Amino acid sequence: MLKPAQTTANTEANAVFRGAAMPWFFLLPSLLILAVFIYLPALQTLRLAAFKANLILGTERFVGLQNVTELLLSPAYRQVALQTLIFMVLTVTLGLLFSLGLAWLASRPIRGSKYYRLLLIYPYALSPAIAGTLWLFMFNPEIGVVNQLLGSLFSIKPRWLDDPILAFGLVVVAAIWKGLAYNIVFYLASIQNLPGDVMEAAEIDGATPAQVFWRVAFPLLTPITFFLVFTNIISALFDSFALTDILTRGGPYFHNAGITTFLVYQLYQDGFVNFKSGVAAAQAALMLVLVAFITFMQFKVGERRVHYGG
Amino acid sequence: MVGNTGVVKTDTLSPQAGKRGGRGPGRRGPSWPTHLALIVAVIIISTPLIFALIKATQASSQVISPNMLPGTSFMDNLSSIWVDAKLGRYMLNSTIVAICVTTGKTILALLAALAFVYFRFPLKSAAFTLVLLSLMLPTEVLIIALFDLVSRDLKWANTFAAIIVPFLASATGTFLFRQHFLNIPTSLADAARIDGCGPLRYLTRILIPMSWNTIGALAVIQFVYAWDQYIWPLVIVQQDEKQVVQVGLRKLIEVGGQTDWGAVMAGAIITMLPPLIVFTLLQEQFSRGFALSEDK
Repeated sequence: MLKPAQTTANTEANAVFRGAAMPWFFLLPSLLILAVFIYLPALQTLRLAAFKANLILGTERFVGLQNVTELLLSPAYRQVALQTLIFMVLTVTLGLLFSLGLAWLASRPIRGSKYYRLLLIYPYALSPAIAGTLWLFMFNPEIGVVNQLLGSLFSIKPRWLDDPILAFGLVVVAAIWKGLAYNIVFYLASIQNLPGDVMEAAEIDGATPAQVFWRVAFPLLTPITFFLVFTNIISALFDSFALTDILTRGGPYFHNAGITTFLVYQLYQDGFVNFKSGVAAAQAALMLVLVAFITFMQFKVGERRVHYGG
Repeated sequence: MVGNTGVVKTDTLSPQAGKRGGRGPGRRGPSWPTHLALIVAVIIISTPLIFALIKATQASSQVISPNMLPGTSFMDNLSSIWVDAKLGRYMLNSTIVAICVTTGKTILALLAALAFVYFRFPLKSAAFTLVLLSLMLPTEVLIIALFDLVSRDLKWANTFAAIIVPFLASATGTFLFRQHFLNIPTSLADAARIDGCGPLRYLTRILIPMSWNTIGALAVIQFVYAWDQYIWPLVIVQQDEKQVVQVGLRKLIEVGGQTDWGAVMAGAIITMLPPLIVFTLLQEQFSRGFALSEDK
């Protein structure tokens, strides 16, 4: 688990082996890859954001902050940002709520709990692209099983992918479904590590099951919950690309943009479909700031909360 | 209802114990509501997969009908997609990429963690911060500049190097191994050093055998991550011959207006298998690897 609070603490404690060059020799492969494929592109992104560039033609013209201000003033981009935020809040809160509930139930000492756990976490092996493919077929308005069922039961055949509200809802539900297994894995591991004696003591003192959960277990699970909130935010921002690309292709048009066009999808569209590299790089720079802020908050919050686990 | 012959003393002591729906682990009570809730959840979670599995076995006339009975055309569907739609090629590519990325990441992360835990050297915390900060920079954010670098400067477009090399460094792996090594008593390393054992030997003979759970846990995460790669191969690989299976799926759906859904579902099922197999094989290590690091 990444526990930032502990990471720097006893770094200096044990220096067993000597040799000045040796550690650098071990670190070199990792640092080289990071420098070339992470840090260099990051700096390049910031530079590109200040240019009107065309990767295909190879032309560049310096425009300073113009790309960024254009983006911030663009109603389409602001809509995309707002949609991303709503999508993120819905998937993270609902996803974590369901995962915690299910992990808690599967941790109870009941017969076959081992099999329940396995059945809950195996969809972890499923990719966002496959999730998109399955849902695309299930919710196909003509031949999809959902509409065939709804058609025969209630004589309705909603146009799932053409109606903005339905398409957005569909993507939210699919994303939550896709994320469940990952969250359940981490919640299961944490619940199994809860101090059983503390909870037993609470029970002996007459706490109701609900009290044991909310007053004892839930606070002890805050560190993992915070970790999951942040990983889920990141995956709502980035992993949604494959899902939306296959399932809705950005979604039906709504006001100024496709309803399920989220930040990364817009970045991809501008960079690799419309070939507006400068504008795309400016979006990337804004996202970079966003991710930096999220990571900073993770460390801030993590530092304060991590001792709960004690 | 399951008859539980566990400890009874809590029941007599706790006035609430007789109540229905006890929740805390270790608590007794009727378990059928839990079973019911879990069964419903498992069914809901599995529905899309069961649906895909059934449709993958049906002939094309049944696939588009509401018929939910398994058919006998799985092999036909599979062969049509495996050869005609190049799924076999995509699968092979993805397998190569995922194995290379997983192995490379594990080795590099082990070496980096070794340096961070068992050496004292100048600029150590700076190097550590550099690894740490890389977590803030996902590929998706760097994709414009990365594309520029990999295709124009390195001329790696349409190569496996493009979808393997940039992902070989692992911050998560480095932290996880570092955390794990810090929990191993230093006296072990001291003894090894006094016996004339160098750091690399110490790593291969002592640390790695003590780290299988962590390695297993990490391998699952990294394999799944590498297998799921989508946006980067989508932009950097234009040749079908080199494409990975996730992007391949997209192409299968795109084919004209007439998607052969039975074949696509067969393809989706097959595409799920490698990560599922890795996950099943390493399930034990996966759970224990995390349980272990959660200890502190």
